[in-house]
Amino acid sequence: MSSSTTTSNVLLIDLHVKYIQSLDKKRDTLEYWITEHLRLAGVYWGLTALDLMNHVDALDRDDVIAYVKSCQWPNGGFSGHVNHDPHLLYTLYAVQILLIEDAIDAVDVDKIVEYVSDLQDKETGAFKGDEWGEIDTRFSYSALSCLSLLKRLDAIDVPKAVEFIMKCKNFDGGFGSTPGAESHAGQIFCCVGALAIVNSLHLVDGDLLGWWLCERQLKNGGLNGRPQKLEDVCYSWWVLSALSILGKLHWINKEKLFEFVLSAQDTESGGIADRPGDMADVFHTVFGVAGLSLLGYPGLKLVDPVYCLPKHVIQRRGLAERYKV
Amino acid sequence: MTLSPYDLKSNYGDVTPIDQDDGPSPIAPIAYSTEYSTAMAYFRALVRNNEKSKRALDLTSDIIKHNPAHYTVWNYRQQILFTLDENLTKELEFVKGLARDNPKNYQLWHHRQVIVEKLSDSSKELEFINEVLDDDAKNYHAWSYRQWINTHFNLWDDELPFIDTLLKDDVRNNSAWNHRHFVVFHDLDAIDESLIQSEINYTKEKIRQTPNNISPWNYLRGVLEKSSRDIQELESFCKEFTDNDINSMGWLVDIYENRAKNGDDQAKEDAIKICESLANKYDTIRKAYWEYRKDEIAAPSS
Repeated sequence: MSSSTTTSNVLLIDLHVKYIQSLDKKRDTLEYWITEHLRLAGVYWGLTALDLMNHVDALDRDDVIAYVKSCQWPNGGFSGHVNHDPHLLYTLYAVQILLIEDAIDAVDVDKIVEYVSDLQDKETGAFKGDEWGEIDTRFSYSALSCLSLLKRLDAIDVPKAVEFIMKCKNFDGGFGSTPGAESHAGQIFCCVGALAIVNSLHLVDGDLLGWWLCERQLKNGGLNGRPQKLEDVCYSWWVLSALSILGKLHWINKEKLFEFVLSAQDTESGGIADRPGDMADVFHTVFGVAGLSLLGYPGLKLVDPVYCLPKHVIQRRGLAERYKV
Repeated sequence: MTLSPYDLKSNYGDVTPIDQDDGPSPIAPIAYSTEYSTAMAYFRALVRNNEKSKRALDLTSDIIKHNPAHYTVWNYRQQILFTLDENLTKELEFVKGLARDNPKNYQLWHHRQVIVEKLSDSSKELEFINEVLDDDAKNYHAWSYRQWINTHFNLWDDELPFIDTLLKDDVRNNSAWNHRHFVVFHDLDAIDESLIQSEINYTKEKIRQTPNNISPWNYLRGVLEKSSRDIQELESFCKEFTDNDINSMGWLVDIYENRAKNGDDQAKEDAIKICESLANKYDTIRKAYWEYRKDEIAAPSS
């Protein structure tokens, strides 16, 4: 299980497919059980990576759909696993998985819409993650993305939602989790993606934010999420998607980033780690693969930078590409 | 961790544990940690019976210590605490103990916020946050929570001295610079010329101490944005660093670009020249960005 010491300069698709398939077969490890609460997220990460690598069938479609259905609650929300509480994050993951499998009708969509819209704070426009009230722009994105995918943005107060997101915009052009919180590439993806979904990109200073984002690239080619932090493969997604939405993807040095992401692959057991030499996981695997897809890595399906789903899924759903500035 | 109490019939003899439902197509056999699985089986049973008791609270403590990201268990714990009217100050100790090993756990921070809001007592909070920041001065959760404490309890007096200390330790701490902006400009009525000037002076000093540090440069932009002052006044300051600070070169591009827009051809030439040296020598990884800037400046104004 140790990460390998050799590196590869090509994407090891077959190995990564096997790695993702193997994840559900590690039920004899404690790690498998203490990550139970985010199992549904793991399915979304794995399935998205597989679809981008042209292997969506590597997970059994009927099993996936049945599993997702088993996580839905009577109130419409989905939990990270059977017997856990419903949460907005997992509700978005469920919708994303079902759209990849072209099976959204397998669940009660009206109840999902009701669940998501009830989480909006009528005063501020912000979204809570669940009934316990944590507020974060991640949840604004989750709600807008989810309802947009379900074509039910009419169910919430969109101008208010935008108002809250704009309160989280900072002097450096970036966005944070709450008003005043530091700019962070993950939160920037959420805010820019959410604004793109509701045609509000004119509120973003594209040049200033684009500079902040491309400034995340370090000499070794990797990207960090905030100034003076370590590079990490997952920012290949958070930074690149936002740059792509702003139409400034080429501001990143593509070859150097390719090199960095590929060097974080586990060349023995498959999967991609946060950085070279670390242990691979499915989270970094999907965001590494999605980043490579955005940069046009050969042999991968195109990914949609706003929805973090394969582009063909968005096209099949008939959703417009709204993020051209 | 010790989970043995659940094996004691005396404590849980009346409860029938509910085994894990692995969802469709489960694969047997399961041999993961029996302590954890036993605790979870009892937890599921207590939730099904809606039992809010001292032993249920203890059970959530153990599970959370084992798996602090188990949000469902946290939620249930909160319900128990409020139902039993437990000592919430004691609860802060529980959270503090967990924060040592799990400082980036989302549930822990939100839980603490809910408890402190309910207690209406912020007396222990800055000390708690400082301890976490002592280990990792860029912990995002700690800073966000600190901002909530500042705002919710109107606690601002300790902030600038605290930020000073952090910036003395590490002038590149972007979180501290962000917090400085949050604190200095929280009261819009307090913004005046002398405040702006003193922030500009403070930031210039930090930049002089340590070149190639983007955080204070971004902060400087944030300060100017709050005033009616123009970046033009920083030209001579930027020139102190030319050729050894990419940020100052970038600022000079901005300054000259502004002037070029007003018809200053020399400034236009200067801006283009700096873009070229950034693209080809000083910041080659961002060549495309600097070429974009150059093209924008060189293009005839419409």
